[in-house]
Amino acid sequence: MPLEGSQLGWRYADGPWLFNDFSIALNPGEVVGLVGPSGSGKTSLGRLLSGYMKPITGKVILSGDELHKGSCHPVQMIFQHPERAVNPRWRLSKTVTEGWSPDEALLEALGIQKHWLQRYPNELSGGELQRCCIARALGPETKFLIADEMTTMLDAITQAQIWHTMLDIVHTRQIGLLVISHDHALVNKICGRTVNFA
Amino acid sequence: MPLLEVNKLSISFVQYVKGSVQQRITVVDELDFAINEGEIVAVVGASGSGKSLLAHAIMGILPKNVETTGSILYGGELLDEKLLRRHRGREIALVPQSISFLDPLMRVGKQLHTRADGEVQDKERDSLFERFQLGKHVARLFPFQLSGGMARKVLVSTAALGRTRLIIADEPTPGMHPDDVAEALGRFKQLAEGGCAVLFITHDIEAALRIADKVAVFYAGEAIELAAADDFKGQGERLRHPYTKALWRALPQNGFEPITGTQPARSSDVQGCLFAARCSSYAEDCKTKRPESREVRGGMVRCLHAT
Ligand code: SF4
Repeated sequence: MPLEGSQLGWRYADGPWLFNDFSIALNPGEVVGLVGPSGSGKTSLGRLLSGYMKPITGKVILSGDELHKGSCHPVQMIFQHPERAVNPRWRLSKTVTEGWSPDEALLEALGIQKHWLQRYPNELSGGELQRCCIARALGPETKFLIADEMTTMLDAITQAQIWHTMLDIVHTRQIGLLVISHDHALVNKICGRTVNFA
Repeated sequence: MPLLEVNKLSISFVQYVKGSVQQRITVVDELDFAINEGEIVAVVGASGSGKSLLAHAIMGILPKNVETTGSILYGGELLDEKLLRRHRGREIALVPQSISFLDPLMRVGKQLHTRADGEVQDKERDSLFERFQLGKHVARLFPFQLSGGMARKVLVSTAALGRTRLIIADEPTPGMHPDDVAEALGRFKQLAEGGCAVLFITHDIEAALRIADKVAVFYAGEAIELAAADDFKGQGERLRHPYTKALWRALPQNGFEPITGTQPARSSDVQGCLFAARCSSYAEDCKTKRPESREVRGGMVRCLHAT
């Protein structure tokens, strides 16, 4: 069942429409790139698709139904700045197990070392923190992932490590992945198709 | 004579482990490098490699519990607090990594204007704002009202004035739109052509190569290679250090092949080469001998076996 955004529209308060009548579909197991200028509302689109915000116009549809808000949302979003996506006063063990308890195999695949989980967010590097956020997002109910500039803040080696793991996992579990990025080389490398968002 | 010269700079601090047990942690280890007028030197490396600390050490804004040894010279003079007070924010400008460096209670326009600014600088800043498509109203905003992209542009404008002789730019571009990155990099380049020295700290090797003359690569607090920007070509054959080669080959356009592992958090945990656990050219002696920096093919490298 695809994840569909149908004729979506979004704007802030009375501001101009960031996008209007925009439709997109993402199939299970598919890796799709979303590129477009900054300020065009790519992140807002991600937030609509993952149920963080309700569209002003249009609908987000999954499994033929309109999305309902549950505790573990089937569409998970991963952000550019992991340090802003976690509670700074929680040890990582609590953050990572917020929605589910990742098994050893996943933690190992993501290169998450046990002792990181005893630490607080400000004691980990951006790459370490991002791996934890990915683990958190990969619960058994996750069917789609929106990666919003997920590795923009990371060095090339860490970036390649994280994407290789991520692509393995989404392939095995047939998760649909939307890659929001300004890096054309990256999008060309990993995405089956690209949507231009203008 | 180089404009900025860093000699055997080490940065360390004391950390409490388990209650009252103290441990001295070295985060930058005997760093040497120099930058000439008109030159752009990029410092690249993963987060936690000590890049930002270098910026803070030069600007004299390290936290109090941090100890430094070695020396930093500016125009041949020891860059101490007195000299810094004279030049900071004027000849020597920092483009900080985060908006938290701005005073949250002061309107943007007001804090960009320093006491040394005359009409020329104000005009110049207006035209920079225009080039970055920051409307006039932005000057009247408070820092928290800026979006991420706007904040970056404001931070770049603080430093990119003609009176600046040395710019320390600490991750100025991530999250900026590619057009604005190009604009910011273009502005640095232009200032360098006018004789300004630019130290460009970034994790984005691709952005670095667009403007830098030389690239210093950091790993776990050490500068492990200093290479000409031109050495980053093809499969990285001309690069000297195995880590630099790995970094180059991990780019999406160059194969996207990551090596495994992460850099050690503390150099003091490792006896020999800091890269030994991940190195494809590893040999027996790498485990016990910490490589000294040496010259290889017109660049610098810290590797026992680089040729
Ligand atoms: S010294 Fe040895 S381990 Fe270190 S980078 Fe060189 S070859 Fe590799």
